This record gives sequence, C-alpha cells and structure tokens, in this order.
Amino acid sequence: MIEFRKELFADERDDNLNEIGQPTQRQDILGHVTGRSPFFDDHQFDGLTHLKCVRSPHHRARIRHVDTAAAERMPGVHRVLTERDVPVNRNTLLALINFGKDDEPVLASGQVNYVGDPVVAIIADTERQARDACAAVRIDYEVLPHVLDPEEALLPDAPVVNDTYPNNSFDYHEKYDHQKLRFGDVDSAFSTADKIVEARYQMSPIEHAPTETNGCIAVAETNDRIACYTSTQALFFSLGTVAKVLDISSARLHFVGGTVGGGFGGKVDTVVEPLAVLGCLLTGRPVRFVYDRQEEMQVSSPRGAERWYIKDGVMNDGRIVAREFRGYFDGGAYTRLSSYAVIKGTAHLPGPYTIPNVSANVYGVYTNRTPASAMRGFGITGVDFAIECQMDRVAEAVGMDPVELRLLNAYRDGDMKAHRREAKNCALIECMQVAAEKSGWAIGDQYKRMSSLSGGGGERAIIPNTVTDENGKIGSSRERAAGTSQTGLQTPAYSPVPTTAPAPAYTPQPVQSPPPAYAATPVHSATPAYTPEPTQPPKPAYTPQTSPRFNAPPSPTASIDHETQQSGSDAAQTTRAPARPGASSAPGGQSSGESATRPAAPPSPAAASPSSNPATSTRPRNNNRFSSLFGTRRR
Amino acid sequence: MSKVPVQLTLNGSDRSVFVDQGQNLLDVLRRTLGDLTPKYGCGQGTCGCCTVMVDGETRLSCLTLAESMDGCSVQTVAGIGDGAKLHELQSAFMTHFAAQCGFCTTGMLMSAKNLLDTNPSPTREDVVEAISGNICRCTGYEPIINAILDVAARKGSGRHSS
Amino acid sequence: MAIHSGRGFSAINYPIGMNLGGDPSQALVHSNPDGKFMVTLSSIDLGQGMKSVTRQIAAETLGIPVEDVYVDTADSDTGPHCMGSFASRGTHRVGNAVIAAATEARGVMLDAAAEELEVNPEDLETDGRGNIHVKGAPSRSITSAEACGAAQFKQGKTVSGRGIFLIPTSDVNPETGEMTPVSCFAHAALVVDIEVDDETGEVLVKDMQSAYEVGRALNPKLVEQQLIGGAWMGMSHALYETTEPHYPAREHGPVDFNEYLMPGPGDVVPHHISVLERPAPDAPYGGKGPGEMCANPVLPAMANAVYNAVGVRVDELPITPEKILRGIKANGGARPQRRPG
Repeated sequence: MIEFRKELFADERDDNLNEIGQPTQRQDILGHVTGRSPFFDDHQFDGLTHLKCVRSPHHRARIRHVDTAAAERMPGVHRVLTERDVPVNRNTLLALINFGKDDEPVLASGQVNYVGDPVVAIIADTERQARDACAAVRIDYEVLPHVLDPEEALLPDAPVVNDTYPNNSFDYHEKYDHQKLRFGDVDSAFSTADKIVEARYQMSPIEHAPTETNGCIAVAETNDRIACYTSTQALFFSLGTVAKVLDISSARLHFVGGTVGGGFGGKVDTVVEPLAVLGCLLTGRPVRFVYDRQEEMQVSSPRGAERWYIKDGVMNDGRIVAREFRGYFDGGAYTRLSSYAVIKGTAHLPGPYTIPNVSANVYGVYTNRTPASAMRGFGITGVDFAIECQMDRVAEAVGMDPVELRLLNAYRDGDMKAHRREAKNCALIECMQVAAEKSGWAIGDQYKRMSSLSGGGGERAIIPNTVTDENGKIGSSRERAAGTSQTGLQTPAYSPVPTTAPAPAYTPQPVQSPPPAYAATPVHSATPAYTPEPTQPPKPAYTPQTSPRFNAPPSPTASIDHETQQSGSDAAQTTRAPARPGASSAPGGQSSGESATRPAAPPSPAAASPSSNPATSTRPRNNNRFSSLFGTRRR
Repeated sequence: MSKVPVQLTLNGSDRSVFVDQGQNLLDVLRRTLGDLTPKYGCGQGTCGCCTVMVDGETRLSCLTLAESMDGCSVQTVAGIGDGAKLHELQSAFMTHFAAQCGFCTTGMLMSAKNLLDTNPSPTREDVVEAISGNICRCTGYEPIINAILDVAARKGSGRHSS
Repeated sequence: MAIHSGRGFSAINYPIGMNLGGDPSQALVHSNPDGKFMVTLSSIDLGQGMKSVTRQIAAETLGIPVEDVYVDTADSDTGPHCMGSFASRGTHRVGNAVIAAATEARGVMLDAAAEELEVNPEDLETDGRGNIHVKGAPSRSITSAEACGAAQFKQGKTVSGRGIFLIPTSDVNPETGEMTPVSCFAHAALVVDIEVDDETGEVLVKDMQSAYEVGRALNPKLVEQQLIGGAWMGMSHALYETTEPHYPAREHGPVDFNEYLMPGPGDVVPHHISVLERPAPDAPYGGKGPGEMCANPVLPAMANAVYNAVGVRVDELPITPEKILRGIKANGGARPQRRPG
C-alpha cells in the first residue's frame, strides 16, 4: 500500500544511485528479532542497586520538613539522597546552548511544583526495598494555591508556579512575555475582508508511551570515571547536563546508548541520569534508575497541551487575506524545552499558505503540572491541528471545496513567508493533488493544473509594510490597574481548589466544578463574529481589545517597521538575521538557509551586508557555547 | 528475606536458582539467569514485552511468580531458533521490516510462535487476537501481522517448519 | 440511530532540523586494512533507522557496497559530538556529516588506489561493488580492500575522514519574529474516511489515503515504516490519547496501558501511501526526515471528517465519543454534511 510517484519532480533528481534508494535491510533488525539489541538495561552488573524517588502528592506546596530517618534504617538501603546532596541543584536543559535560565532542581528544594516532583531519592539492593524505604519517608507539606489553566496562570494574581519566571511566562529577548510574529497589517485587512472566521482549538497533553521506559544504569569504571548506560535521545546533552549539575569534569563521564526502545521526544530531558550518576558516585555501587510505567505515564514529560485562537479574514473568492494567532504552550512547572517550542511554533505560522497579513502572539506558560517537553512534531502538531481545522471552517464560510481552498492559498516557490524568508522546495500543492486524485476527491481543472513551481514570487515575495508594537513586556501580565480588578474576564468554569483542603497522598485535589467534557472553557465573553450552525456551546471569540495580555497592534499610523523603507540608510538598520557564510561544510550545498529577499527595493549596498542588532538576539552571543561542557568551571 | 530454590528448564537447559519470595519471573530471567531477551515495559501486564512461554503457553513474566516456576519448562526468544538458524518467524519479521525500535519484538515473537504452534492456519483475525496483548508503539502493527501471516501461508503450502 | 460516513482532508508541511539551527553533528569514518569501513557516531537510533540510513549514505558516498560498512553508535568515548535524535534532524544533519567524513575517506582511498595503479585519482571511479577502476578502462582495477591495505601498510595513509554539519544559529527578531527556522520542509496531504455511530459517538476509521513528500526516500522500506507507524500514531493522538482527559483538571490521569488508550492490531486502518520526492538542495542526497511529520496530518483530517459525518466540530483533542455525543445532542441530532469532492 505504498507507491512512489517518481514522475513528480523527476527532473530535480538523479535516481541512478547505488545504495541510496535501495530497500536495504536494517542494520539492527537481526539484533531485534533475536533479542540481542543492546538496550541500556541489557547489561549485567554485580551488586546492582536500584533507585526510586519520593514524589510530591501536591500540585504546589512548601516543604516544611523532610524526615528520612526511618527510611535510612530500612533493610537494603545504601543511601538516601536529598537536595543537599546535589552540587548544582538548579538547571535548565537548554543551558547547554545558553538559552533560558536555570529553573529546575534535580531534587526539590523548599517547594514542590507539580504532582510527581521528586523530593528524595533512595538507593537500595532491590527495587522493592527502595520502594518500601520511600514509603517510610515523612514529608511535612504546607499546601499552597496552584494553577492549572494556562490563561489563568497569566492572570495578575495567579500563584507563581516557577520562581525563576514569576510572571508564569517564559521571558523572550529579555523584553516580552511572549514571542511575536508581525507581517503586514492584520487589522486593516480584517476591516476589508468579506468574512471573519475565528475559533479556539485545544490539544491535550499526550504521553510518548514508548514500550521502553526512561532509564539508565550508572556504574563506576576502573579509572575514576562513571559509565552511564542510558536511554537518552541526546547523548551529549545528557552527559553535559550531568557534568553541570554534579559539578564534575565531563572527562570523567562515559555515556553509552544509541539503541533505544522508542523515544518520540520523551527521552531528551535527562531526568534519570543525574540521580543515578550521583548515587553511583556516593555509594560506589552500580545504580539503576528506571521509570516504572506509572511514572512514565504521569511523571515523565508529556507533549505539552496547546491552546490556539485563530482569526481569519477571507474574501469571498477564498483568498485568506489576514490571519491572527494567539497561542499558549502549557509547559508545566519547569521550562525544559517549551521555550524553544514557542519559537518553533511561531516560525511555522500561518501554515504552508501565503497570507499577506499575519500576526501572532505566542506564550510559553508555566502551570503546576508535569513539565512538558518535546514530542514527535514538537511545536508543530498542535498548531497544525488548529490551522487545518480552521481551513475547513474557512472553506465552509465561503462555500468552497476544502481542497480547492487550500490549493488556492498554498505557498509556492518564491513566496515570502511570514517569518520573512523565501519559500523554496515547496511541494504542498502536489501532495494535495495526489491525495485528492487517489481518493476520488474531485477538484476543478484549474486546481489540477496548479504547481508549486509556478505562480509564486513577484508580488507574493514582497515584505509588506508591517505594524509592530512593544506590548506585552515582561511582567505586564501582573500590572494592576489602580484599585480595580482589571481583567474583565468571565469566571472560568474550572476553578482552582481552595488552599485549605487537605489532599490525599499522591492524588490530585478534587475540583469544585468539573468542566463539561466537551465545551470550550469560556475565558472571554464576546460571541464569535462568525457563527456557524450551532454545533456546540458558543465559542469564546478572540477579542484583543478586552484582553489585558494581548493588545492589538496599534493603528497603522504608529511604528511602521523601518525594515521596509527603501532608502539605503534605513536598510542599514535592518534587523534581519545575519548570514554567516562558510560556517558549514555541507557538500550538498550552501547551508545558510532560506534567503530573505527585498525584490521591491533597488538593492542598496547596506542591504547586501546585513547588520544585526544584538539586543534582539534570542541567544546571547557567547562564543563559549558549550562552556559548561568543556570546562570553564570544572575542577 | 529468605530465598526459595527453583529448578526449571530454560530453553532446554536445566537451571537451578534461588529466588526472592515475591520476585517475578522476568526479573529472575534477566538478572539471575542472564536471559535478556524478555523486556520490562510496564510491570503491570498490559504491554506484553515480557511475554515468554511456560510449559507451552504464553505467560506475562512480569506477573509470574518466579517461585511458582519450580519444575517448569520456560522458553524465551533465545531458544526459539535452531542453534544459529533463525526461527521462521524471526526471518519473516526481518523480511517484512516488522521491527523499528525492537523493544516489543521478542514479546511479539513469543505470542506469534504460540499462535502458530497451536493454530497453523490462522486467519488475520486469529493473528490480531493473538498479538492483541502486545503493544507496539512504532510499526502500526501492519508489518507484524503480515509477517505472521506470511509464515503461516508458507507452512500451509506444505513446507516443513521447525 | 445511524452510522454516518464522513471524509476529511488536511495538508501540512514540516520543518526539518532543530529550529533556528545551531545543532551540529559530527561523524568519523575509517577503514580497516580490509577495506571495510566503520562510521562512528554518537547519534541515537530510536527505531527510526538512524544506523541504517547513515550506513547507506556512507556506502553511497564512499562508493562501496553497504555490506562493507558498519555504523557504530553511541559511545561518548569514541563517538564525536552529535546534538541528538529529535526535531527530524537525524537524516539531515547526521547524514550531511557522514557525507563529509565519507568524502574525505573516499579521497584517501582513491589516492591510494591511484598510487597503486599509477594513474591520477581523477581518472578513477568506484563501481559500488568493491572495485576501483580507471574510467573507461574497467580492466585496470583494484579492489577497495587492496587499496586500503596498500594505504595503511605501504603508503602510510590513513583511509579516514571527519565531518561536521552545522547550520549557523539564526537570531529571532523580538518585534517581527523574523528568523531562519530551518532550511527545508517536508510536505503531506491526507484524506481519511470514517464512520461515526451517532448513538455511541464511536468513530470507525475506514481508510486513509495520503501523499508524503520526503525529499528523497533514502531507503523506501524505512520511509514506509515511518509513514505507516506515524500515521497510526496520528490516529491514536486524534481519537484516544491524553494524559489528562479532563484538562486542565488532572483527575483520572491514566497510569497504565489499560487507561492510556491506543489503537491495537484490530484497529489497523488500510493506509494507501504515495511518496513524492523533491530533493532539498542542502539535504543528504536530498532526503528530508519523515519521522515526525507523518503523524501530523491525521489529527485535523480526523476532526474534519467527524464534522463531515455528523456536523459536530470537535476542536479539543482527543476526539472522544463523549465529545461527539455532546455535540450531536447540542445540535439536536446528527447533521451529516455534504460529502466533499
């Protein structure tokens, strides 16, 4: 049930290669069918010990006291670890590439911020002994208010989930509490559009559920080094993280892996290696730390939930002339990779369509739930769900076939994308045509004749005059209007639990009013401008004017992006990303990525030699990119 | 804690071990007997990665008490071939690209072998039923089903199988 | 009380590689005295076939049979740095690093062969079957094994190569979002046909028809594995999977596979895949990584199909029978839409 449509793009390929294109048997398949493929756990060690954690039963609580005395005396127990044992007990995964601030402890220090947050680790001769000892640990918690909804987390008086980011949103560019995308003038386009289509989309957290759970075994080698057999998806990320949090030289670490029983993004976070290696250092014994399935389900990172509001302005002939997004990535209690997902998702907007006016505000939000991380399609899957459902809504609004609508708006070679790079190597149109044809989905002849190679560029390559703004500075979500509750927001159907309710161990607290299983949680009260046949309770509209967190871009008379000025001196102030020629050795061709073009302007010398504005850089210019890996503060 | 002596046959070889009370067979196979072919996927009996055969029937070794294995004959993937020669199912899994990460594969093979041992001419529904207790997160199951049906078809055409 | 048919469509593209770049991978390639090559990586095979595709890339670049190449990964003591296996970066970044390393190693091998044959290296070509011969004169030849042996024991050359592939990190403009996310994109379009039971809300997926554009199918069987398995996962995401069924409330979060639902072998859907190949200029032999984007089109196609079947827009994943039934009830009954196309 697979065919290869070799005739498409045949002139761009040489199909007469030797090994490439062959259905060669997998190098590892014999190992798989004989059970000899060496997963991390397929190693035998004398004196192997097992590590299990005591985990928070509360969404958010202060740790008043930890009593491990009874646990330490239990049979088989070698060592009990608390936050005091971790040399550098605060880290963020992307610190290795200098993105973000250290915000997550290896073992909780002073406070727990999600159900499952590890507080104590116990190493014992058997897993059962470790679990029994964990059950004997007494922790005195003071339960605190928590927040679980990302939009609620951005309200001014929401509890602080993560004290490194006290506004409950990731800080972008040291300036904004979200990532912006601005291309053209959506408000002006909305005012002239024939129809407005808006909706809200929600994607749930999803577990990777690999058949092999997260795990590793740390064992001392003969030369004062620690070997770590691990299921990680990123060997050196994990090695570097362990070197940092344990404050040991990376030269002393020997990480072995490469054969993993399914990852899907859930084995990047380096959750088990630090404690296992620490345990090995402190006990001298091999330490095995493997998530059981319950931990894998609810403690290991999921794909974070995403919420997207989309508003489209569309003409009666099906052209989408404006698209506006507001997106929330629910990152849970700690950053991990969610900060990166926001930018990746922003770059993906408005989808593979050429839309002349695009605007987006995308937030990375902290809530008191299991920290989210990467999963197959990271940053893209959720917004693609929203975009492609939205396209069908638009098709219905203008009475067009859903495939024809997409073909009409599809991007083509040479088009300018909303992140200001030229589209190249496109093939969306051809994919749609093939899928439609083979499934008997009739489309008009002019749509069958469309091609990714024609119809693009020209006027579609122009970067339009763009309305920008400086709204949503870091901390603005917590600014209070004098004397008033300024939100003007309707009380959500889901309410946080009162803080006085005691919680049973390791179960979530009961909610006051469980939300209906299928109904949008109304946060904004206005009704949608476009009302389809009432298929569900009224959806909240996207209403920038009533939201304190997202303010509509100011009217076009304000702050035009000077990038689109034609004069040479203004072009020198362009903030486009600098090209760094010669940095790559790719034989396949230039790797400087898509090229930005300014076809409407006579090229000026300043435009040809882009300058960059260091203040706008997401990542600080740090030549010692791996300073923590290669020794600026090692012993 | 006191240990329980267990004498069993593993892939045709007599083995004697002392196991902890309450220890499961998967743990004993992997840690004590050195057979790493069955895998730990859940410890709850819901994924099938630990599937082995005991006295000719498939069992979830993560939920099987090791101390109850005294006198039993246990077979794992390590023992389904003929010396260096692969079992037909193993060959078919290779031909059909029926494994990606490989973690569910040994459990799948045991379930598949048990099916063909008891029902040499299974329908597709029979195959589906036989592997319904084995979770695969990678392949989407289709190539696994095809591999098993392929072996059954070749057996059914008169070729002698081991 | 009826079964309603519906069909839904979606189309997507997918960025290949870590967003904004700055994610290097390295590779080392060396030959033993017998002309058998080892590719040493620190990249991770999650099942997607990293070891296999890099093996083919190395063999192609070296010009020798794939049986004479082996990929060794991952050991931090011997493998050079790799950022890791995620973001569909493996084929693109690691593949390019392998090409660079294999190119260098091939150069030394041809130098060695040229010295043995007393010709210029430019006059030589490999036949992909283990022989190196003079272009246009195939009888003047030497095996790659002989060339590698001569290199190491006679000529004092190391038949080896090193490679790194790095796309420089892009900045992000805070006010406009201007950035260079990646250098190439894969594409997909998908049609799903379903039936919805308006009494139980259950969805039965009948058929999927798809077109995936992957740059180049470096190994068609590995591509097929990804597309079938990925579409299965997409269906699972669309209809079943959640760790928080009452998000944002955390009650009833599944703790085992009894509660965390995924389609089983009895739920396998016929999936008719068409693969398109428009090589990306900077990808290894043009190949983009299909491993992530294969799941994405299924989710919205499923939601669109449900609307087509019963007139309910389920905008919150997963699309459960409960949500469908609540929608039907709110509408006062199933409202099948006109079958599209």
